[in-house]
Amino acid sequence: MNEAFVISILVITIRAGTSLLYATFGAILTERSGIQNLGVEGIMMVGAAASFAAAYHSNNGWIGLLTAVLVGIILGVIHAFLTITMRAEQVVSGLAMTIFGTGLASFMGQRLGPGNSTMVGLQGPSFERIPIPYLREIPYIGEALFNQDILVYALYLLIPLMWFYIYKTRQGLELRAVGENPQAIDALGMDVTKMRFLYTVAGAVLMAIAGAHLSLGYLQGWADNITGGRGWIAIALVIFSTWNPLRAVLGALLFGGINAIQFRMQAAGTTLPSSFLNMLPYIVTILVLVFITWAERNTHRFGTPSALGTPFVREEKK
Amino acid sequence: MRIQFEKRTDRNRLSGFLIPVLSFFLAILFSALILLFFDINPIQAYSVMVKGSLGSTYALSETLVKAIPLMLTGLGVSIAFHMHFWNIGAEGQLAMGGIAAAYVALFLKDAIPSSLLLPAMFLAGGLAGAVWGLIPAGLKSSIGVNEILTTLMMNYIATLLVEYLYLGPWRDPKGFGFPGTAQFVQAAWLPRLTGRVHYGIFFALAAAVLLWFLLSRTKRGYEIRLIGENPKAARYAGINITKNIILVMLISGGLSGLAGMAEVSGIAHRLYMGLTVGYGYTAIIIAWLANLNPWAILVVAFLMGALLVGGDQLQIAMQTPAAVASILQGAILFFMLGGSIFNTYKITITRTRSKKQGENAHE
Repeated sequence: MNEAFVISILVITIRAGTSLLYATFGAILTERSGIQNLGVEGIMMVGAAASFAAAYHSNNGWIGLLTAVLVGIILGVIHAFLTITMRAEQVVSGLAMTIFGTGLASFMGQRLGPGNSTMVGLQGPSFERIPIPYLREIPYIGEALFNQDILVYALYLLIPLMWFYIYKTRQGLELRAVGENPQAIDALGMDVTKMRFLYTVAGAVLMAIAGAHLSLGYLQGWADNITGGRGWIAIALVIFSTWNPLRAVLGALLFGGINAIQFRMQAAGTTLPSSFLNMLPYIVTILVLVFITWAERNTHRFGTPSALGTPFVREEKK
Repeated sequence: MRIQFEKRTDRNRLSGFLIPVLSFFLAILFSALILLFFDINPIQAYSVMVKGSLGSTYALSETLVKAIPLMLTGLGVSIAFHMHFWNIGAEGQLAMGGIAAAYVALFLKDAIPSSLLLPAMFLAGGLAGAVWGLIPAGLKSSIGVNEILTTLMMNYIATLLVEYLYLGPWRDPKGFGFPGTAQFVQAAWLPRLTGRVHYGIFFALAAAVLLWFLLSRTKRGYEIRLIGENPKAARYAGINITKNIILVMLISGGLSGLAGMAEVSGIAHRLYMGLTVGYGYTAIIIAWLANLNPWAILVVAFLMGALLVGGDQLQIAMQTPAAVASILQGAILFFMLGGSIFNTYKITITRTRSKKQGENAHE
């Protein structure tokens, strides 16, 4: 294997892994607070479509990113309102979000091009790669790690930040507690509803940014079904990570790597049919899930927040 | 002001009917706003959809054509949802049923007497769907692997498998590059009633009767519902949960597999791209809107079929994306979810005066 080949694999690994990791972080924040959001795929999809459309028409990638944040807030509030305020079944609300989001994004994709036409095939502004001097010269990993777009670099900052926030700050402690034992948080006089609402919305914003990175950074354009199950893989990564952001990085690299290998093999014209290559991430997801669940069962080290998926109901005094 | 939630002990029949209807109308309003935002006249769009899906005998028959796979997959996921086993995999189970039925029709047509070809396809389709459903069921009951993710991942795998087959080894050599298998022999065609409405409708009706009987008239059905409502109580009562998960997923996957068999055998007469168009996902909405009731599923599946046909008509007549149908579906479910709280809780809003206001009142 020559150097250029290895580098190209690493470059795609980081690019593909970035969007996955944003989505996984979003899901970790949401689930840590005790709320399950299965709408990741839908939120990512709308994030990708809306940010691309906004960037295209304003000719400015930042406007696109801002639009993704807005999408995240709106969709996050819908999910939070239904599951927290109205105590709706979280699984179903998330699925509804995915169905709604996929439809809305596909609708936008066919409608928001120039003159109400399709956005497929359009080239818009995107987040270009910014090489970092000196660091980029590091053999092999320099090109992959330090010649990427701004959203990748932002993620480098977010990784330690997420870890520090969750494990080393008071707010992080409270976040972990509200997902484990909301009654205790309530007894301490804190507002469980408000906390969960905030984290659900913040999580959705990260998921929408994950979508924006697909259409503005990694794939640079809009295609129908652009997320291709990445939102669901992110949910699997949360389980893989045992809700720990550092372990999520490993998972995102693993799946980014699979994406890269897939991509390279297709480009190299392998005899393996592309349908089988495309199955790879889904098959690996199942295998990883089986392995993780099995391993956790044996070590009795579950990372699942105890109150995940259960609405908080304060015992009303008569 | 203070909002109080009180668990309802009585079943409110009125709201059980009112909420879905109200959700439906609110979703129509909500989606109209989205259409307006995209500069589309919602009244015009909705009237095209209604006319195109319900306005003529042809339109009605096309709606029924779409309703058949929706009924079967909707019934299929509903039994799994009864025990809170989240089978999101109807799409993949349908695909596997289609593949198995196509295999029988394409490659065993000479080995099986032509009168037995359809029954063989029926069995193969149901079985393949059941097996595809059994994998996540086994992983869940033996190790505890999250079934939402496994069933979903298996959708992608099955869809890609269909693609591989009709583009690759099973592709019609005389198809002039058309992506699909050769057409089945006529003995493998499911008979039709009118238009494109085929006998698959009887599968759906029979499935509804059987599910209704199983769930509300047998001990097994009681166990399944108890596991869903109160797994702890079910365990204390000595109910074998593993056995029930396996059984339920055999039925659930089997029904979706039959939907796939009916699609290839009744509509396309071949395996092709149009087999996996999202029926399995719409099925989830149907089951939920119908409150998991088999009779209601038939009705809701028909309405959702109308929505899909209407969406297609919209695309043809107004060049408006057919995805409007999925926006509407998602929105209906949102409102339904928001409204379902009135079923389980009694909500009272009481005015409480803060201290300050209280003091002011005395002055």
